[in-house]
Parts: sequence; structure tokens; C-alpha cells
Amino acid sequence: MFSCSALILKQEKLTNDHYLLTYLAPEMSQRARPGQFVHVRCGDTWDPLLRRPLSLHGIDPEAGTLSLLYRVVGRGTERLSRLSEGECLEVMGPLGRGFQLIGREAIVIGGGIGVAPLLPLVQVLIRQGIQVTVLLGARSQEGLLAQEAFQKTEARVEIATDDGTFGVRGTVVDLLQKRLESYSSVNPGEEAKRDICVYACGPVPMLSAIWQICQSGQIPLQLSLEERMGCGVGACLACVCRVKVVSNGENQKKQPAQFGVDAALTSQDWKYARVCVEGPVFWGKEVILDATRPE
Amino acid sequence: MRPGLNNLVEYTKAARFEKAGDKERLGAQSISEAERVNLAVTIGGIRMANPVTTGSGTFGFGPEYAPYVDLKRLGAITVKGTTLEPRLGNPVPRIVETPAGMLNAIGLQNPGVEAFVQDHLPYLREIGTPVIVNIAGNTVEEYAAVAGRLSEVGGVAGLEVNISCPNVKQGGIQFGTDPVMAAEVIGAVRASTQLPVIAKLSPNVTDIVAMAEGVAQAGADALSLINTLLGMAIDVQTRKPVLANIMGGLSGPAIKPVAVRMVWQVAQAVDLPIIGMGGIATPEDALEFILAGATGVAVGTANFVNPRATVEVIEGITTYCVKNGIKDINHLIGWAWKR
Ligand SMILES: Cc1cc2nc3c(=O)[nH]c(=O)nc-3n(C[C@H](O)[C@H](O)[C@H](O)COP(=O)(O)OP(=O)(O)OC[C@H]3O[C@@H](n4cnc5c(N)ncnc54)[C@H](O)[C@@H]3O)c2cc1C
Ligand SMILES: Cc1cc2nc3c(=O)[nH]c(=O)nc-3n(C[C@H](O)[C@H](O)[C@H](O)COP(=O)(O)O)c2cc1C
Ligand code: FES
Repeated sequence: MFSCSALILKQEKLTNDHYLLTYLAPEMSQRARPGQFVHVRCGDTWDPLLRRPLSLHGIDPEAGTLSLLYRVVGRGTERLSRLSEGECLEVMGPLGRGFQLIGREAIVIGGGIGVAPLLPLVQVLIRQGIQVTVLLGARSQEGLLAQEAFQKTEARVEIATDDGTFGVRGTVVDLLQKRLESYSSVNPGEEAKRDICVYACGPVPMLSAIWQICQSGQIPLQLSLEERMGCGVGACLACVCRVKVVSNGENQKKQPAQFGVDAALTSQDWKYARVCVEGPVFWGKEVILDATRPE
Repeated sequence: MRPGLNNLVEYTKAARFEKAGDKERLGAQSISEAERVNLAVTIGGIRMANPVTTGSGTFGFGPEYAPYVDLKRLGAITVKGTTLEPRLGNPVPRIVETPAGMLNAIGLQNPGVEAFVQDHLPYLREIGTPVIVNIAGNTVEEYAAVAGRLSEVGGVAGLEVNISCPNVKQGGIQFGTDPVMAAEVIGAVRASTQLPVIAKLSPNVTDIVAMAEGVAQAGADALSLINTLLGMAIDVQTRKPVLANIMGGLSGPAIKPVAVRMVWQVAQAVDLPIIGMGGIATPEDALEFILAGATGVAVGTANFVNPRATVEVIEGITTYCVKNGIKDINHLIGWAWKR
């Protein structure tokens, strides 16, 4: 983990409110894993004060570069979009726990800006010889991001838009259902379910729907979550989400957290975990999504 | 790419733009001068190599920041508030950014004193930097029990008593806003420990001096001020409070003038060493508190913005002393009103 001033190599405006920022940080790029994030300052004054968490969208250890795909939603990201090449980016990272690569087949699902952490994931999965299907969703064609980049990989890419302006009309949840049906017709039996894994990032309602499908079908699922962050390193306990407490299951087998939230910290059947350290990627089995909260 | 940028890229690669270690800002000659500046201070019996500690709750239990700062260099490490039993804390959102500051309502999430002693204290003992444990409770008895337990384990240099907690036996009024209850808590902690007792005052009172005098009489060895200012924020889109807890504590640069004022007032009225905090982000901020009368300073929210803020404050104070011919940091304490 590093904290540095990195040189901005490129700041591309992709749509009205989406940008792709590439910066030079050789050591950080060598350490970075898909699903991890960085914590960036959006200016050099005390206002806005806090850093902003952004996923790593491009990881290129050879070039020593990293890139961020982000949507301008407020003051911080707006300031960030005003930085230009040749300027410095104050950045900490790589932070958090990324995706775990398992199985022989992967279904990678991104909704809206949720595609950001998925591109490096798809690249690594393919390098590992895992067969990948990417399902991208957005409200309409303009909301589709990084589509070409996914198409450049060997993954099979399917697209759904709510209004049918691109790909099929519908949602990625429909696409997932179809994909899982065809998977289980080719690979019948319970055993085969261990060879597949679903990876998802996007708005909470989308994640909840995917979670329900995977839960009832007993399909392994990894979700990348978001929460407001202070420190980004596990110190302030701002960024918590609820995870299940199971006596002998996935989250027991997983490496214990290096420090911090302890097993003692439980209500009866759940405890708080920090998105910045224990996450941002969680197993579907362990996480309790709060679907009732507005985005 | 812009012309010239290529050169910069090469330069960056060669010069390892990423600073892994510490950068010495002083020239060779000044380094030896810097070594001659005395930064050591004593706060209620806690001997610190320099005045800088961490704001409780902003620095975890220490290891979280170890990749960014050498924890041995800190004057002390003040860890997250610890209670007798584990606490889950509040639902999210727990924080919201405000102009030059933030509100937090973490709800004292912590693993409880036993888990602290088992899982976190061993790591802290290894570092060798004095460890100040911040303690909290719902009743006077809980405070006393936590204090008692921490006194017998070894490796704790002092207790910082967070009195900004609701007293469940008194209808939830904060201990820290009532001089009688505040004195009662400090008295009970005092009676159950030999460790230095630092009373951490709440700024949410009209007369901070009266609070300070009350806890001094009850046996506090030192004072920490200030804790966060009670505030809230409303989201105009949802038309609802942002924090799940509705209200939260304001911290960060926005509160610094309030904190400096309180240190100034208390330092003149009460003869106890003070750890000043509230918005410290730079060496100049820290010096302001020292000049107002603080013996030590804590860096809190600024750690989130700059994970190296603590060591940069230490380095900057050293540079200031060298440049201004100050041989001992203790000479600067309260300078603004003493001289
Ligand atoms: C692990 C992680 C990875 C992320 N990756 C990306 C990414 O790759 N691309 C991208 O566009 N966005 C990403 N986000 C969301 C991004 O952090 C927010 O959009 C951003 O912080 C908004 O800042 P703002 O000042 O523009 O908005 P404001 O609404 O003005 O921000 C106000 C405060 O709320 C926080 N905040 C607002 N929205 C979010 C959110 N969705 N998640 C967390 N904090 C929020 C801000 O950090 C800030 O502290 C990620 C969030 C997390 C937690
Ligand atoms: C996220 C967060 C958690 C905190 N937790 C505690 C705590 O557990 N106990 C305590 O006494 N103070 C706590 N504080 C208060 C700080 O220690 C400090 O007094 C206050 O934030 C003012 O300093 P600052 O502006 O430098 O942050 C917390 C502050 C923040 C921002
Ligand atoms: S952001 Fe501080 S603990 Fe996660």
C-alpha cells in the first residue's frame, strides 16, 4: 500500500459525465489486483475534505499505469474531472480485498458505472483460462460504458438496456437467468455449480436481484459493494456493511481480517465488516444487503 | 500526450515518484540542529518523545496506518474508544462530509476491553510508543471497570476518558455536559487505576473552564480537548437527515478555531497539561495549539486526508524550532499568553 503523488498521463472525457483517468504509479500497479480500489484526493484544499474511493479500472504493471473510470456525481468527482495530464493525483492504494478467481466459468455482471472494477477482472480470468461471459446493463445506450474494452477481450459480451436502445430490452438479471439456464442444461447436477462463479458490481437493487437468483440456485457469487468512506484503511469504521456470522462456512474459511473488527462484535447472527478492508468484494453467501436503503 | 510529458514520465520512473520512506526536508547542517531540539514532553506522567499523538477513533488500533507512517516516531498512539462489552455501533451512513470537515456517528463500535487486550494490545506493546487507551461507558461503573482492567494488563501508558457518552442511568444526558457527572466519572476512574488519567472534554458546553476545573478536582492528571461538536446535515434531495443516527460529531479543519479558543481558556485557568486537538492537519495548526497552551497535540480527521499527517506535523514542528532558534518545545507552550 502506497500513498503518493502520481503523474496524470491522460484524462479522457467519455460521455457527458464519465471520465477515464490514467496515472503513472509503477509500484502501485504491480501490487494492484482486480476489485481493489484507490482513495484519491480531489483537490489540494480542505474543501472538499475527504478522499474519494474509486475502483481500479485499468491495471497495467508493464507500463506502470493505473486507470480510473468514474462518473461525475458531486463536488469531488467534478473537481477530479478538472485535473489534466501533467498534473499530480494524490492517491493511496491499492486498497481492500479484490475478487477471488475460482471455477472454470465466470459470469461477470456490470450495471452502469459498476463496470469499472470488472474490466481487469475479466482480463485476469481469461489469462487464467477461465471462460467468461460479460453481461452489461444500463438504462439506455448512453449509459453503457467500456463496452468496446470488454469486447476486445476474449469474453463473450451480452448487453441489455432498460429501453432497448442497445442489445436486448430488459436487464442484466434477465440475461443472467438465461445464461444460468443454458449453463445447467449443458452442465447438469449440483457438482457443476462449483465450477461457475458470478461476479457483480452495480446499483444495490441490481445486486439484490442477482443475489436472490444465486442464493436460490446455490451459485457462488462475489459482489463489490460501496459505502461512504473516511480513512479507506480500516481505522475509522465509517464504511461498514453487515455480514452473516456462520459457525462453519465460507467466511470462516476465509483468511481472518488482519486486524480490527472481531468475531466478538456480533449481534446474534450478523456483524459489521469494513468495506474498505474486508471488502469491497464480499461473497454473496456472507453479505446481508440492505435493499431498503435508497441509493 | 503533451510535449514534454514523456520526459516527465521517464523522470518519474527514475526518481521513484512514490515516496515510500520519509523525506527529510532539512539540509545536512540543519539535521544535526534538528537533533538538538528537544521535542520531548511529559503529559500527566506519560513521557512522549514528541508532542504528537493520534485522535482516538481516527487511527484505529495503529496497524491500519503502519504502511504509511513509522509508528515508532509518534509521541504516543491514542486508540479507538474501548468499552467493557463489545459494541456493534450505528447503522450507515455513519459519516457525511461538510465544509472543511465531517460529521461522524460511528456509535463507538469496538470489540470490548477483553478483545482489545487479547487482539490489539500485543501489537501495540511491540512498537514501544506509549499507548493511550480511550475509554467509554454507559454508567460510572462501566468506566471504572474498563479502567481497572486496563491497569492490570501492562503496556498501557495512560487512559483518556471520553466523557461525551450518554449516561443511561440519568436519562441519557451526556456525562461531559454536566460538571457533576463528569467529575463523578473521572473520580471513579481515578479510584480504580494507577495509570495517568486524561479527561477528554466535550466542547458542547457553555463553560469549558468550569468543566475542566471540575474534572481537575476529581483527580484528572491531564486534559484532552476537544472532542467533536454536535451537528447534523440534511439531504435536500431525500429531505431527510443524512446520518442514520441523525446527529453526529463535527471534526476536521472547520472546528480548529473553536478548539484553539478552548485550549487558550482552559490552559490559563487550570494547571494541568493539555492535549490539544480539533482540525490539526499541518505543523502550523499544531503549533497554534501549543502556543495556546497545549503540551501535546493529536491529529485526527487529517489522517483520512493525508495518512502521513502525523509525521509531517512532527517534522514541521522540528523545522519551525530550528528556524526560530527554539531549543525546547516546552518553551513554546502557552507562549501566546505567557509572554
Ligand atoms: C470501493 C468503492 C469503489 C468505487 N468505485 C467507483 C468507480 O470506479 N467509479 C465511480 O464513478 N464511482 C465509484 N465509487 C463511488 C464513488 O466513490 C462516489 O461516486 C464518489 O465518492 C462521489 O463523490 P462526489 O464528491 O462526486 O459526490 P458527493 O455526493 O458530493 O459526495 C459526498 C460524500 O459522499 C460520498 N459518496 C457519495 N456517493 C458515494 C458512493 N456511491 N460510494 C461511496 N461514497 C460515496 C463521497 O465520497 C463524499 O464523501 C466507488 C465507491 C466505493 C466505495
Ligand atoms: C470517525 C471518528 C471517530 C471518533 N471516535 C472517537 C472515540 O471513539 N472516542 C473519542 O474520545 N473521540 C473520538 N473521536 C473524536 C476525535 O478523537 C477528536 O477529538 C475530534 O475528531 C477532533 O479532532 P480532529 O478535528 O482532528 O478530528 C472520533 C472522531 C472521528 C472523526
Ligand atoms: S473507511 Fe475508515 S474503516 Fe473503512
